[in-house]
Amino acid sequence: MFELLGIPPQVLMGQLLLGLINGSFYAVLSLGLAVIFGMLNIINFSHGAQYMMGAFVAWMLLEYLGIGYWWALLLAPLVVGATGIVLEKLMLSRLYRLDHLYGLLLTFGIALIIQGLFRNYYGISGLPYQIPDALSGGQNLGFMFLPNYRGWVIVASVIVCFSTWFVIEKTPLGSYLRAATENPTLVGAFGINVPRMITLTYAFGVALAGFAGVLAAPIYSVNPNMGADLIIVVFAVVVIGGMGSIMGAIVTGFGLGIVEGLTRVFYPAGSAVVIFVIMAIVLMIKPEGLFGRSA
Amino acid sequence: MSTMDPATSPAARPEPSVGMPTHQKAIFVVLLILLVALPWFVYPVFAMKVMCFALFASAFNLLLGFGGLLSFGHAAYFGMASYVAAHAAKVWGLTPELAVLAGTAAAALLGLAIGSLAIRRQGIYFAMVTLAFAQMVYFFALQAEFTGGEDGIQSVPRNDLFGLIPLESNMALYFFVLVVTFGGILFIHRIIHSPFGQVLKAIRENEPRAVSLGYRVNRYKLMVFTLSATLAGLAGAVKSQVFQLASLTDVHWTMSGEVVLMTLLGGMGTVFGPMLGAAIIVTMQNYFATLGAWVTVIQGVIFVAGVLLFREGIVGLIARWTKKPL
Amino acid sequence: MVRKTALGSVAAAALVAAPVMAQDAIDVTLGVLNDRSGIYADLSGEGSVIAAQMAVEDFMAEDKGLNVEILSADHQNKPDVASNIARQWYDQDGVDAILDVPTSSAALAVADITAEMGGAFINSGAGSTELTRGQCQPTTVHWTYDTAALAIGTGGAMTDADTSWFFLTADYAFGHSLEEETSRVVEEAGGEVVGTVRHPFPATDFSSFLLQAQGSGANVIGLANAGGDTVNAIKQASEFGITQAGQSLAALLMFVTDVHALGAQTAQGLVLTEAFYWDLNDATREWSARFEERHGSKPTMVHAGVYSGTMHYLRGVEATGSTDGETVVEWMKANPFDDPLFGQGYVREDGRAIHDMYLFEVKTPEESTGEWDLYNLLATIPAEEAFLPMEGGGCEFVEAAG
Repeated sequence: MFELLGIPPQVLMGQLLLGLINGSFYAVLSLGLAVIFGMLNIINFSHGAQYMMGAFVAWMLLEYLGIGYWWALLLAPLVVGATGIVLEKLMLSRLYRLDHLYGLLLTFGIALIIQGLFRNYYGISGLPYQIPDALSGGQNLGFMFLPNYRGWVIVASVIVCFSTWFVIEKTPLGSYLRAATENPTLVGAFGINVPRMITLTYAFGVALAGFAGVLAAPIYSVNPNMGADLIIVVFAVVVIGGMGSIMGAIVTGFGLGIVEGLTRVFYPAGSAVVIFVIMAIVLMIKPEGLFGRSA
Repeated sequence: MSTMDPATSPAARPEPSVGMPTHQKAIFVVLLILLVALPWFVYPVFAMKVMCFALFASAFNLLLGFGGLLSFGHAAYFGMASYVAAHAAKVWGLTPELAVLAGTAAAALLGLAIGSLAIRRQGIYFAMVTLAFAQMVYFFALQAEFTGGEDGIQSVPRNDLFGLIPLESNMALYFFVLVVTFGGILFIHRIIHSPFGQVLKAIRENEPRAVSLGYRVNRYKLMVFTLSATLAGLAGAVKSQVFQLASLTDVHWTMSGEVVLMTLLGGMGTVFGPMLGAAIIVTMQNYFATLGAWVTVIQGVIFVAGVLLFREGIVGLIARWTKKPL
Repeated sequence: MVRKTALGSVAAAALVAAPVMAQDAIDVTLGVLNDRSGIYADLSGEGSVIAAQMAVEDFMAEDKGLNVEILSADHQNKPDVASNIARQWYDQDGVDAILDVPTSSAALAVADITAEMGGAFINSGAGSTELTRGQCQPTTVHWTYDTAALAIGTGGAMTDADTSWFFLTADYAFGHSLEEETSRVVEEAGGEVVGTVRHPFPATDFSSFLLQAQGSGANVIGLANAGGDTVNAIKQASEFGITQAGQSLAALLMFVTDVHALGAQTAQGLVLTEAFYWDLNDATREWSARFEERHGSKPTMVHAGVYSGTMHYLRGVEATGSTDGETVVEWMKANPFDDPLFGQGYVREDGRAIHDMYLFEVKTPEESTGEWDLYNLLATIPAEEAFLPMEGGGCEFVEAAG
C-alpha cells in the first residue's frame, strides 16, 4: 500500500468514508436546491432554515407526541413540505417573472424569520435527540470504527438522491416538469396544471431539506442556527455542480464531501474554505458548472 | 438576465443629460446642512456609524444600481480596509488620514485583483465568484496574525489629524467623518453623472450594443468594480477610526448581505436610496437592541415586505410619485 | 435601545416612603450588555438582566439610599455595536457600570470605553484573560471565569505524570489561547501533548477530527472550542464510541446550558470546570430556585457572576458614596467579599476576581434525578490556585504601581 504525505492508508480510507458521509448531507440538500432552481428559477436561501425545521419537527414529534425516529423520517419532511406549499402559494409565486435576486432576498428574509422564531421559543443551546436504538453501535471495518447510524445516512441519502434523479429524468412526470420549465404555456395547453406542479416541486425540494434535517438530528446539534452557515456551502455545491443540474448536485455533493474530508487531514483549518476555492476555479474555467448544460 | 434590471422602474431611468439635476443638488445641500447640525441632536458616534454605512451602501449601489453588477462579497473590501486602517493607526502610528488612505488603497488593490477575475462572468455566476473570493478573504482575516482573530484589532488610537488636529472628542471626529463620507458620496455621484457613468448605463442596458459601439466593456466593468470596492474600503477604513476597532463582523458574509439589504430597501439605482436604507438598518440595529431575538424576525419581515410590496425601494417609490429621479 | 425595568419606580416609591433618605439618595444606573439573540443568548441574555435585578432587590438598595435603574441591550456579539451602545450609555443615559458582556472582542472594546468614560465594567460573560492582563484597565473587574482558570481546572485535574493529551481546537484566537494555556498546565503537571488538530469555526462535522484524535492514542481529548462546536463534538464522540473505548473527553469551556442541551445520556462522564453550579450548597440552591422561578431555567455561572458582581459593586457604591468607576472599583479591590454564590474571595489588583472554581463530572442518566441534575462535584480548586498569577501578566497599571 502507498503512504501519502505520511498519512497511512487506513487513516486515509477512514477519512474518505467520513467525507462521503458528509457528502451525503450536501447531496440531499443541494439536490433540493437544484430541483427548486431548475424548476422554479428561484435560489432558495431558506433551505438551511428548512433543514433546521426538519430536525426540530423530529424533536417535537418525539417530545410532544412520542413519535420516534422512523416515523419522523417520513412525517417531518411532509410537515416541512406543507409549510413550503404555503410559502410558495403566498409569496414565491409572485416572483417568477422577476430576477433571481428577488427570490433570493425573499427566501433570505424567510430564513431570518424562521430562525428568529425558533430562537425565541427554543433558545440557542440546542435540544437533545438520540440515535434510534436499531442503529446505535457500530461496525469495526478494520481501518476504522463506523457507527451504524453513519452507514445508514449514506444508504438513505443515496436512495433518496437517485430516486429523485430517476423520477425527474426518466419518468413521464419528470418530463412534464422539465417541459414546464421550458415552456409553461405549452405544457398548460396539454391540460396539465402547471402552477400546481410548480407548487408541489417547491414542496418536494424543501421536504428534501427537512429529510436531511431529520437525518442530521441524532448526530449534529439540533439548534436554530444549524442551517445558517451550511446554506452558503450547499449553495456553492450547487454552483459547482451546475445550477439546476440534478445529477450535478448529487455527484458534486458526494464529491465535495470527500474533498473536504481530505482537506481535514492535510490542512484541517482550510476545510471551511476549500469548497469556495473550488467554486472560484470552476467558475473561472467552466462557468456553467461541472455538469451544467451551457447557460 | 440574472442581474437586476433597474430600467424597468421609472425611478432609475437614466437621465438624458450628463450632470447632476438641480433638484438633486438642492437635496444634497439640504442634506449637508442637516448633517452639520445633526451631532447636536443625535449621538455623534451613532451618526458617524450611519454615515459610514451610507457611504458603503452608496459604493455598493454604484456597482449594482449603475453598473448592473451584483456583488455578494463587498464585505471583503469593507472589512479588509478596516483592518488595514486599524493596523496602520495602531501599529504604524499613522495619522487618521493616512491610515484611512492605507485602508482604502488595500481595498482598491483587492478590488482590482478580484474584479479582474469576476468581471469575466455574468449574472449569478458573477455574484458567486465575488462570494467565493470574499469567503477566502474572510478565511485570511481569521488566520492572519495581524487581524487578531476573533478579538479583532482593539484600542485603535485616535491620532491627531494631519498630526495637528486632535480627534479625541466625538465632535471633532464627527466633522472629519462627515467630510470624508460626504466627499465620498459626492464623488460617487460625480462618477454617475460623468461620461464614464453614461457608458456604464449603456452597458447595463444593453451590453452587446455597447460592444458594437466600440466600447471596451470589460475595461469599464473593471473600473467601476474597482471604484466601488475602493469606496467601500474608504467606508470601512473610516469606520475603524470611529469605533477604534476592526473585527470579523465586517468581513463576514452577513455583512455582504446587509449592504444588499440596505441598498434594496432604500432603492437600488437611486441616488439617495442607499443612504436612507443604511440609516434605517443601522437605526434598527441600535434602537431595537432591546428586542433581542425579535430583531432578526423584524429584519426578515422587512426583507419579505420589501420584495413583495416595494421592490423599487422607499426612495424609488417616492421618485415614482414625484416623477423625479432621486 | 434602552429598556427600563420597573426597579426605578419601585425605588422611587420606597423613597417617597422614606423622605429622609431621598435627600442623599445616589442614582445608580447599571447597563446589562450582552447577547440576546445569538450563540450566547442562553448562557447570558435575559437571565443576566434578571440576575442583576435580583442583586438590586437582595441588596435592598432602596433602603440604603441607592436609586438603582437597570438598562439592557443586545450587542449581537458585534464589537462595534457593543462599543456604540456602551458609549451612548455613558454619554447620554448616565450609565455608571456595564455588566456581563460575553464575546471577547466586544468585552475588550467595552473595557476600553469604560476606562475612557470613567465608568465601571463588571464582566461576567467573556473568557479572555486579556481583560486582566495585556489589555487590563483600572476600571475593569473580571468576575466569573477566564480561559486560564478553565485550563488550570480541567487540565490540572485530568493530568498525571503519564497522561497524554490531544487537542481539538477551534481555529480562532479564543480556541488557540484555550489550547495554549491548557498545554502549559498539562506539561507542568508532567503530562504530554501528543497532537492537536485545528478545526474551522464554526464546524458541524467533527468525525474526521475525532478520528484523528482517536488515532493518536492520547488518554484525554481536550475540546478547545465553545458552544455549538463543543456540543457537536461531544455528540459525535459518543456516537463513535470514543469514551467507551477508554479515552476521556475534557470540555475546556462548557456551560450547564450546553450540558443540558446534550442530555446526560450523551454527555455522561464528561469532565469540565465551572465557577458555579446551582446544586453546590443550600445558598446556591435557594438562590437558583428563585432565579428559576423568574427565568424558567437554572442559572449558569455567568448569571451567578452578574448577581455577585453587581452585589459587590453596589456595596462599593454604598461605602464610597460615589459612582465614579475608578473609585468604586478601587473599593471593590480593597474589600474582600463573602458571597452566597461564590463564597469568600477578593478582587485582585489587576481586576481579576479570585474565588474557588469547581471541577465537575457529568452524571450518568441513572444517577441523574432531574433534567438539571447534571453534575457530580469532583474537586474544588482553591481560589489561590484557580487563576493565573498576577506577576508577569503584562498588566501595565499594576506593573507601574509595583
